Amino acid sequence: MNNNKFLLTTGAIALAVTSIFYSCSKDINDRTSNLPALNPASTDANAGTWKPVLLQSSSEITVAAPAPTTTPDYIAQLNEIKATQAELTDEEKRIVKYWGAGGILRWNEILRELVAKHNLPPYQNDDGTYPFPSANNPLAYPLFPFSNPPYAARAYAYVSAAQYDALVAAWHYKYLYNRPAPDKVDESINRLIPGSDLPSYPSEDAVIAGAATEMLKLLFPGDQDFIQAMAEEHKKSRIIAGANVRSELEAGEALGKAVAQKFVARARGDYAGAAAGNAASWKKLEDDCIARGEEPWYSLELPKRPPMLPGFGRVKPFLFDSLTVIAIRPGPPPSVTSAKMQEEVKEVNKFITKPTREQTRIVHYWADGVGTYTPPGHWDAIAAEDFIKKDFSEVRWARNMALINMALMDAAIVCWDTKYFYFNPRPTQLDPSIKTLTGIPNFPAYISGHSTFSGAAATILGHIIPERAKAYSDMAAEASISRVYGGIHYRSDCAVGLTTGNKVGEYAIQRARTDGAE
Amino acid sequence: MHHHPNLPAAGRKINRLCLLTLTLFFITTAEINAQTETDAIMMNKTQFCAGFVYGYSSWDHYWEGTLKRNNLNLGTVSAKSLAFMANYGITNKLNVMVSAPQIWTKASAGTLRGMEGLQDFSLHVKWKAHTLQTGKNKLSFFLVGGFSTPISNYVVDHLPLSIGLGTTNLTGRGIVDYFRNHFFATASAAFVYRSNVTIDRTSYYDTELHSSQEIKMPHVANYLFRTGYRGKYLIAEAMIGNNTTLGGFDMTRNNMPFPSNRMNATQVGLGIKYTLPVHTNLSFLAGASHTIAGRNMGQATSYNGGIFYAFYFRKQPGKNDNNLSNQP
Repeated sequence: MNNNKFLLTTGAIALAVTSIFYSCSKDINDRTSNLPALNPASTDANAGTWKPVLLQSSSEITVAAPAPTTTPDYIAQLNEIKATQAELTDEEKRIVKYWGAGGILRWNEILRELVAKHNLPPYQNDDGTYPFPSANNPLAYPLFPFSNPPYAARAYAYVSAAQYDALVAAWHYKYLYNRPAPDKVDESINRLIPGSDLPSYPSEDAVIAGAATEMLKLLFPGDQDFIQAMAEEHKKSRIIAGANVRSELEAGEALGKAVAQKFVARARGDYAGAAAGNAASWKKLEDDCIARGEEPWYSLELPKRPPMLPGFGRVKPFLFDSLTVIAIRPGPPPSVTSAKMQEEVKEVNKFITKPTREQTRIVHYWADGVGTYTPPGHWDAIAAEDFIKKDFSEVRWARNMALINMALMDAAIVCWDTKYFYFNPRPTQLDPSIKTLTGIPNFPAYISGHSTFSGAAATILGHIIPERAKAYSDMAAEASISRVYGGIHYRSDCAVGLTTGNKVGEYAIQRARTDGAE
Repeated sequence: MHHHPNLPAAGRKINRLCLLTLTLFFITTAEINAQTETDAIMMNKTQFCAGFVYGYSSWDHYWEGTLKRNNLNLGTVSAKSLAFMANYGITNKLNVMVSAPQIWTKASAGTLRGMEGLQDFSLHVKWKAHTLQTGKNKLSFFLVGGFSTPISNYVVDHLPLSIGLGTTNLTGRGIVDYFRNHFFATASAAFVYRSNVTIDRTSYYDTELHSSQEIKMPHVANYLFRTGYRGKYLIAEAMIGNNTTLGGFDMTRNNMPFPSNRMNATQVGLGIKYTLPVHTNLSFLAGASHTIAGRNMGQATSYNGGIFYAFYFRKQPGKNDNNLSNQP
């Protein structure tokens, strides 16, 4: 009897031990760390005629003609590839594999990483006020930027749109100059990643890296060592892979930077710099709300933190003008004293009192709060993982990411405009017994940012990949309701946020239909 | 097989103190008090005892990396636990013990909701491998193997209010115990192999971005030293213990804690265990501990109290039926 028990026990332990060692390799399964090389189904040869976002035309920035492939200069560049390829290190092979998956993909991931790293609210001063990060002193605490959702949405949009415009220009020059890829000039060049008949000058990869680095000087000025190292690695991957000679990289990088400078100039004048407001403007929001007979929003943080970017609603959108922002703004939320609002507060309280495990999972799946790449980053990740399966060319990747991210930024603008127009309190302010399943964002409730972002992203994504439209719309609905489950939004915040986001997404579809890519 | 000079007179039954408490390797609580898988006490063959231990642990300061701070948006973070524990003597030298706690967490300030649920089932097998004796000095060596795994699908990634870290653990521990005239000193060291864990979101940033729901969890080393009085009915001890996470990363400024943080803690504690002389099936324990140093952990102060009941299933002629075995 005892022996049997002992055997059973030891047997169970042995089984458990074995299963752990078999099932739990300590290496985690990262969905994009081991991707095959990008092998576009089409070169999108007409992309030089697609409609840019800011450039007047694809030839606005001049790219000088490349030297003929018979010149000593070019031959020397081929020899650089050959010498590099003569003895490849494991690190060089890793670089080729990593960047071979696609430049737009990797820079989007890098940007998401930077956003997650910097998405941390500053710690308060001793006197209970809060310090603001300074772009002029990004490495001093609080680090610049605090990449909260509006900041992140804008960053994703600028980087994506700059890369798109730069690639449209690059495609123009590629087919203008028609320089063949190194392995087509010299058959002894060993191309380590798939090739095509896409002309090689200027390098699309260097265009992508150049546009990103130039844009990120503005957006993440404290991370330049990392960003520059990634750009160098990206360019180097092309030489190691035998995919570009140096002059193609140099021309591409210069083009990418020049195009991005136009976006940097736009960003400096898009009013985002004034979005934080000041004590007087914060007070005015409160007073105006009281004057309307409503209860104003108050920060639920201790000490009370100034509202997040109250002026972001005035930032210049990409897909429409500022008057449209006001036109899209939804009508008011239920008055805080109305029966409807009391009913909605009750519903929230019910959800947080007894959340099911599935509801909690949904809350955390979509929370995208502090220390994450924010909801816009989450939608970028969803998009990117679907684009990987589509074998898009780099220029189509860029175009699609630009459409999504311009929609996400404009969704942030419309949402923030609405939030600060109504300045509506969070559920916990109206009913302090509402304890939340995730952190309460430090800005007014109406309309839900997650819902607006998700409505916009799902709409344009459903246009880009129609067979997934239903899936995207289901995801958006789940992201939206997750905020009610979590206790941080009323149902009306979410429902109206979703439809408002859909409207923003429609503007992106309008652009998609007319940009020449469809 | 199980004779030694410290045994009291025959004819009295006293259950061996089968007292366990929880070790919670996370930011909310960390107790090191009175765990039978870490002490030198053995149950006799076929003895079974079971009981409940209630624990309360709280902190209002924590280490964000190495920076000690408070958080007005958390106030005091507390965890209550009620654990079922049982211990069975397979032989006099081989014991098996199990436990399963229910845990409730709470933050006194801010808006975050606490969590509750069944945490991890654990099973430890303790083997008294060798004893050396010279006069009144006695030195015993033990080996302990442990296994624990979550028994509910609790949320891992909501620290500091998660009820656990969700890892499946394998523990190997060595114990050396010195005993003389009711004085004892016990030192032990353990390595805890921890499985990776899966969280509800699809991406996270630790020191870089991961597109994964899986977190690579670093392993843990645990060291314990306890000393005090070990008598027939009473054990009173003081202890110091340390958990060191073998890897992991520091929380960044004003960030939330994460399961794979480098969570270290050094704690001191006091504990007593008492068996009722008039009814030796019943025993009680009480203990307290305090964190004196840490990293990515709350500076927890913990209290616990428990009650256990012993059952004697077997009485064979010719066997020593004295069950008091506080002495090794």
